[in-house]
Amino acid sequence: MNIEDIKKPENIVYRKPALLTDNIMHYCPGCSHGTVHKLIAEVIDEMGIQDKTIGISPVGCSVFAYNYIDIDWQEAAHGRAPALATATKRLCPDKYVFTYQGDGDLASIGTAEIIHACSRGENIVVIFINNGIYGMTGGQMAPTTLLGMKTSTTPYGRDAKLNGFPIKITEMLAELDGTAYITRQSVHTAPAARKAKNAIRKAFEYSSKGIGLSFVEIVATCNSGWKLSPVEANRWMEEHMFEKYPPGDIKDILK
Amino acid sequence: MAEKVLMKGNEAIAISAIRNGVDGYFGYPITPQSEVMETLMKEKPWETTGMVVLQAESEVSSINMVYGGASCGKKVMTSSSSPGVSLMCEGISYMAGAELPCVIVDVMRGGPGLGTIQPSQGDYNQIVKGGGHGDDHNIVIAPASAQDMYDFVDWGFELAFKYRNPVVILADGVIGQMMEKVEMHPMKPRMTDEEIREKAPWATTGKPSWRNYNIITSLSLDSDIQEEFNRKLHAKYALIEENEVKYSEYMTEDAEYLFTAFGCSSRICEAAVDILRSEGIRAGLLRPITLFPFPHKEIKRLAARMKSMMSIELNFGQMAEDVRLAVEGQCPVGFYGRQGGNIFTPEEVVAEFKKFNNIQ
Repeated sequence: MNIEDIKKPENIVYRKPALLTDNIMHYCPGCSHGTVHKLIAEVIDEMGIQDKTIGISPVGCSVFAYNYIDIDWQEAAHGRAPALATATKRLCPDKYVFTYQGDGDLASIGTAEIIHACSRGENIVVIFINNGIYGMTGGQMAPTTLLGMKTSTTPYGRDAKLNGFPIKITEMLAELDGTAYITRQSVHTAPAARKAKNAIRKAFEYSSKGIGLSFVEIVATCNSGWKLSPVEANRWMEEHMFEKYPPGDIKDILK
Repeated sequence: MAEKVLMKGNEAIAISAIRNGVDGYFGYPITPQSEVMETLMKEKPWETTGMVVLQAESEVSSINMVYGGASCGKKVMTSSSSPGVSLMCEGISYMAGAELPCVIVDVMRGGPGLGTIQPSQGDYNQIVKGGGHGDDHNIVIAPASAQDMYDFVDWGFELAFKYRNPVVILADGVIGQMMEKVEMHPMKPRMTDEEIREKAPWATTGKPSWRNYNIITSLSLDSDIQEEFNRKLHAKYALIEENEVKYSEYMTEDAEYLFTAFGCSSRICEAAVDILRSEGIRAGLLRPITLFPFPHKEIKRLAARMKSMMSIELNFGQMAEDVRLAVEGQCPVGFYGRQGGNIFTPEEVVAEFKKFNNIQ
């Protein structure tokens, strides 16, 4: 039996989502971004909304998200994606509009934009990747960096007196009347990824109901920034990140 | 006959936006231009033309909402005043880099810092020379009346879409607050989705199966690609300089002395020219209407037959530097200005003119 005998349609159990492009991803091996991109691509494909979806990419590692999912994209200035999404959705109400933002982008420089987009109840989807570190610029402290966690700007560990506390922005946003669905997920195991995909799909569906903003946080790994192997990073995330950022639904106004 | 209505310059911006088929306005309150958003909210254009009007949480957000709307090929605009425009400079630079059309109204007030809320032209350099980081240009048009405020919205969008470039209507507190008769032109409908797809094939309108996906970005990490893009931008700016220079002349035909002034200063200089003419002194005025592109050639041509020239501005001589560059030393170029929200009278300009030219 040779390889061609095995590559038969009836044997295919997995394939690249139709909406993921063939561009080679720049993400590090073990990074969560690739998995989340795949889930978003699958959701858009399965909902049949490729021609109706506009993505807004941030500044950070996922600045190049626009190279990987086969939809129209806008690339925002650092932290400003919710402002772009606000105008895009209001001017094109029949479109599905989502932002894809990291923790530095969303929870530090872009706090005003995300809080007010949530407060206004913009009918958009926000995918928030929280890995507790600035990946793109080389592993600096993020607003969500855990206390004691070492980064290139907290080389002795994050100290609350010196650096302040990590911010649980997702819980903060759930307090705002304009948010419809707020959930925290992860993608480090197959079951977790399946749950995360369901959450992303629900967020996209909610965004067309005119009931407010849907927000999916993905607690993610940055094994390069954390200086761990991918396997160790997953374990470290379960042991430390989940304690501060526990996965699960936080708010669902239709429940 | 077209309808004539008495209104403030700021109100003219708002009414013109509705009547010229603008799709969206995103703003943040700041004196002396808050009437723009107030008028729009009062007019409720979302019930008539479908125009979106939104009060943002900051100027940072309002300019980025403009970025988002412009990315969809929509006619979107914002307005602000000096300190607010400083906050917008990030977004303006990104839009220059992403080649997005939009109109930004800057009703200048006195600076630096929080400064005053009275009129100024102190942001000439900020807006004409750049408007954010990077090697780029805004197209800058300078209104001198409420009618200009009305007319420049439509003209601004025409230029913005023609060149895929941000356009700044650089006004000042006088032009924004002054009430004048404004002639209303017939209404223009908003662009249809088909017209947008035709006019802005680059826009993020949702990717159909028959085309590649569109990306609006100002990012490239490759030096050679970035340099090539910058060259392309500058070729565009050269084309704009070639085609779009606009200025007006007042009593220049036989003039021996020439004032240069833009915006409200040009109105005051017209009166100063009248006073000097009544005394037998042959003065004239050149008013740049476009500040970028700047009327270099026209100023150079006129300078050849002037005894002297004088730039009159509500700042410390920012445009005067461009005038001197254009004059190329053919005649002396003086300057007179007021700052901090103070405005000169025509008599004051005449007195300064005589001082500079040693005329008793």
